[in-house]
Amino acid sequence: MTVEQCVYERPAALTAAHTHYCPGCTHGIAHRLTAEVLQELDVLGRAVGVASVGCSVFIYNYIACDFVSAAHGRAPAVATGLKRVLPDRVIFTYQGDGDLASIGLAEVLHAAARGEQITVIFINNAIYGMTGGQLAPTSPVGMVTSSSPGGRDPHLAGYPVRVCELVAQMEGAAYVARRSLHDPAEIRKAKKALRTAFECQLAGRGFALVELLSTCPTNWGMTPEQSLRWIEERMLPVFPPGEFRNVAALNVQR
Amino acid sequence: MARELLKGNEAIAEAAVRAGLDAYFGYPITPQTELLEYLARRMPELGRAFVQAESEVAAINMVFGAACAGKRVMTSSSGPGVSLMQEGLSYIAGAELPAVVVDVMRGGPGLGNIAACQSDYFQVTRSAGHGDFRPLVLAPATVQEAIDLTQLAFDLAERYRMLVILLVDGNLGQMMEPAELPPFRDQGSVTAPWALSGAEGRAARLITSIYLQPEALERHNLALQAKLTVIAEREQRSAGMWLEDAELVVVAFGSAARVAQNAVEAARARGLAAGLFRPITLSPFPVRHLASLSPRARAFLVIEMNAGQMVDDVRLAIAGRAPVRFHGRMGGVELLPDEVLQAMHHTIGDIRVSGNGSRSFHREVR
Repeated sequence: MTVEQCVYERPAALTAAHTHYCPGCTHGIAHRLTAEVLQELDVLGRAVGVASVGCSVFIYNYIACDFVSAAHGRAPAVATGLKRVLPDRVIFTYQGDGDLASIGLAEVLHAAARGEQITVIFINNAIYGMTGGQLAPTSPVGMVTSSSPGGRDPHLAGYPVRVCELVAQMEGAAYVARRSLHDPAEIRKAKKALRTAFECQLAGRGFALVELLSTCPTNWGMTPEQSLRWIEERMLPVFPPGEFRNVAALNVQR
Repeated sequence: MARELLKGNEAIAEAAVRAGLDAYFGYPITPQTELLEYLARRMPELGRAFVQAESEVAAINMVFGAACAGKRVMTSSSGPGVSLMQEGLSYIAGAELPAVVVDVMRGGPGLGNIAACQSDYFQVTRSAGHGDFRPLVLAPATVQEAIDLTQLAFDLAERYRMLVILLVDGNLGQMMEPAELPPFRDQGSVTAPWALSGAEGRAARLITSIYLQPEALERHNLALQAKLTVIAEREQRSAGMWLEDAELVVVAFGSAARVAQNAVEAARARGLAAGLFRPITLSPFPVRHLASLSPRARAFLVIEMNAGQMVDDVRLAIAGRAPVRFHGRMGGVELLPDEVLQAMHHTIGDIRVSGNGSRSFHREVR
């Protein structure tokens, strides 16, 4: 007689709602990992998420905690306001590359510099998804987008912004890591990084940011499978995964 | 509490502290910087939150975040900084969050200068951000009134879940005069039923200003407008002097009203039936009180330290029932009582020439 044992199920932190994401988009994976970590650390009930502007604007439909939706790029400032008046709550932002690395670069860098006790989840898919596939601050050189139809030309549009390398320069940043969602091994590492980033906040160590290399099959004009390969071939050389900063404790007393 | 000599900016800061301010987020800009500096010392002393933000854009979004937690929160700035805050002001209005913003006006447009001006009237009453909304706007004329209205600002913000702007000009921010501070208020421990605090033991809450379906967004807008209608009904505030028998009514707000008052007093001494009307709420504009004067008053003269902004609201309130004239100075040039008096005489002269008023504006003054 066989005994059925459940080895995999939807975490309660993830709502039963069907996501609005396109087939092959890795937002679903990133949401699930975030939900699993919040649940495993038993902080879902005291978590407040800050949604940003982009495809993930409706994240509050999928993760079962309090949420506020911030203006484009401003999530780290909104999270700062929340954390300063709710120091015992777990505050996180979830932002895309247009949101964080372009219009919101000042907010994320200064939140890191101040050592804000918040966790930033940064989805880098090298393109503006919601507005239909324009050049992003993280688009690799040569990438064809609707606003770089001839491919990203450094003479016209410069070079991609490497967020982790930049944020890791900030003394207030305690944990900065880049992971990828293109294969199971990397996905496991991504979850570990997210867990470390939330633990960092719980321990009051300072600002934490996890960058997740992600797909956008619709705007890349690829199948889901081609998209995963494109991360490997085109994004990993520009955005190498790894831990860029992991300090035990900051001298931040608040 | 005793009266003491207080600087406008610092008095507003301390009044906010005593009203139970939980968090302040700001960025340096003249002529409001003393407010930030005062709270940089005062807030940590009381174990409350203070952050000097990297920009006004960040400051107003920190305000947005802290307001989401149902806390009493404030920022302060001047015109160029308020321009940068407009994005956040619109989100605060859209999400119906209580927040107080102090605008200590300086000369514009552009970098302009740091002299006292009233050129942000349109900015705060008309175009405080994108989308259909109007904040509540309070305009004190003395340091004492700035203290009182700061406290009122928090009450109104919380009562209506509304953005309240305290509109002060550089004169008032920088001047010192005797005033009395109120006692400390209880900060209160009741959390608002909409505030974010973590969903432990209850359904998750969401604070947003996104409504993708046009019908849903229209419903949201109708609710916002209905609230503004209630506010316009209940919260119009104004002050006046010699209005009972005034035939020429001078209308001015903030420190311009103090200059205008000197001119009106001088006119009265010369037997001119002049009065002063001073709006305290600029939004909602005190239409009822002002309109009630037009049967008796034969002319209105609006005095502002700008090119003529509030004069539009006066014309809307008077609705053609009497002539409305304007005199103002721009660029931070100080208004003087003599030129206001001269403008009053011009107004009277024009009206006589145009044949609207054969009766004399002069009457016996008791």
